[in-house]
Amino acid sequence: MKDEHLLWRIATTFASLSLVSVGGLPAVLPEMHRQIVNVLGWMDDTTFTSLFAIAQAAPGPNMLVSSLIGWKVSGFAGMGIATAAVILPPAVLALVVGRILKDLGDAPWIGLAKEGLTPVAIGFFLAGGFVMSRAANHNWTAEAITAASALFVFLTDQNPFWALAGAAALRLALGG
Amino acid sequence: MVKTTGISSPKHPIAPHVGLRELARGFFKIGLFGFGGVGPMSRYVIVEDRKWMSEKEYAAVLGIGQILPGGNVLNAAVIIGDLARGPMGALTALAALLTMPLAIVIALALAYARFATLPQVATAIGGCASAAAGLVIGTSCKMAWRVRPGAIPVGFGLLAFLTVGPLRLSLIPCVLTLIPLSIAGVWLRHRHER
Repeated sequence: MKDEHLLWRIATTFASLSLVSVGGLPAVLPEMHRQIVNVLGWMDDTTFTSLFAIAQAAPGPNMLVSSLIGWKVSGFAGMGIATAAVILPPAVLALVVGRILKDLGDAPWIGLAKEGLTPVAIGFFLAGGFVMSRAANHNWTAEAITAASALFVFLTDQNPFWALAGAAALRLALGG
Repeated sequence: MVKTTGISSPKHPIAPHVGLRELARGFFKIGLFGFGGVGPMSRYVIVEDRKWMSEKEYAAVLGIGQILPGGNVLNAAVIIGDLARGPMGALTALAALLTMPLAIVIALALAYARFATLPQVATAIGGCASAAAGLVIGTSCKMAWRVRPGAIPVGFGLLAFLTVGPLRLSLIPCVLTLIPLSIAGVWLRHRHER
């Protein structure tokens, strides 16, 4: 019974997050962290940021961090529920809206909506990075790694995977 | 199978040969090689590699995907799958796109469960977590740099950052107020300029 309640909670949490994920997952990172660590208390900062880092190192849509969180909270049932909850509501919406817009062609208001939406989405993304850095970093080395990897993606077009690999190697070399 | 509207019409934005199997193959490839985000890989496979649609048509579909909640490429996959073969096509595209990434995520979860308690592994993941936060910050800055929004959108962007970031307000009310206001701001400016 308790398990069912937990799975239901996973479903509603991720489904509601999915519907406000403007521009994609990074926008909901602050809210995901707030809900899962602060409100629901399902895991601590370290676990949350670790799962996010692992999802970043994997290929595919970064929405899949939800799968890992669901798994950590409630095993493979949790993974399945979290994945479905984060993927399906926007998918159904895309199906419906896609069909409506198909007949409209290049409606000018789509460009307008994008122009207004993009900066807000970027602001949420940046907030996501900020919240994750507060949760992940507990010393100056960690802050420096965050700054270096931010510069790495900002200045180069290299695969971000190298930033993750480099950071892991550096921390190991420094011995923690 | 649902024969979607206008496959023979010249306005139809997707190549007629794109059936369920072709959708599965293409989106599987996108998921497989999409390290560091599926965005670039998606454009490459759909426009250049499998030639399902033109650059412009893909941009239009992705544009719709971007204004909807959820992952942009996931949304585009749903719309493209639906254009080609109806709801079955959408489901096929989504499932194919997620197959490999999900398999890898399961493998990573198992590895994490097994090794996360080892001190070296915990240290390495800690480093990755700091870097992953930096990746999000750097990508946001890069996007802002490329978009070069005007003063009003920059204001809304900063407000979005402050409310949800340092102030830790709940995202939902911020989305529901800032996005309509920002779009209205852009609309008013365009109307004013005309």
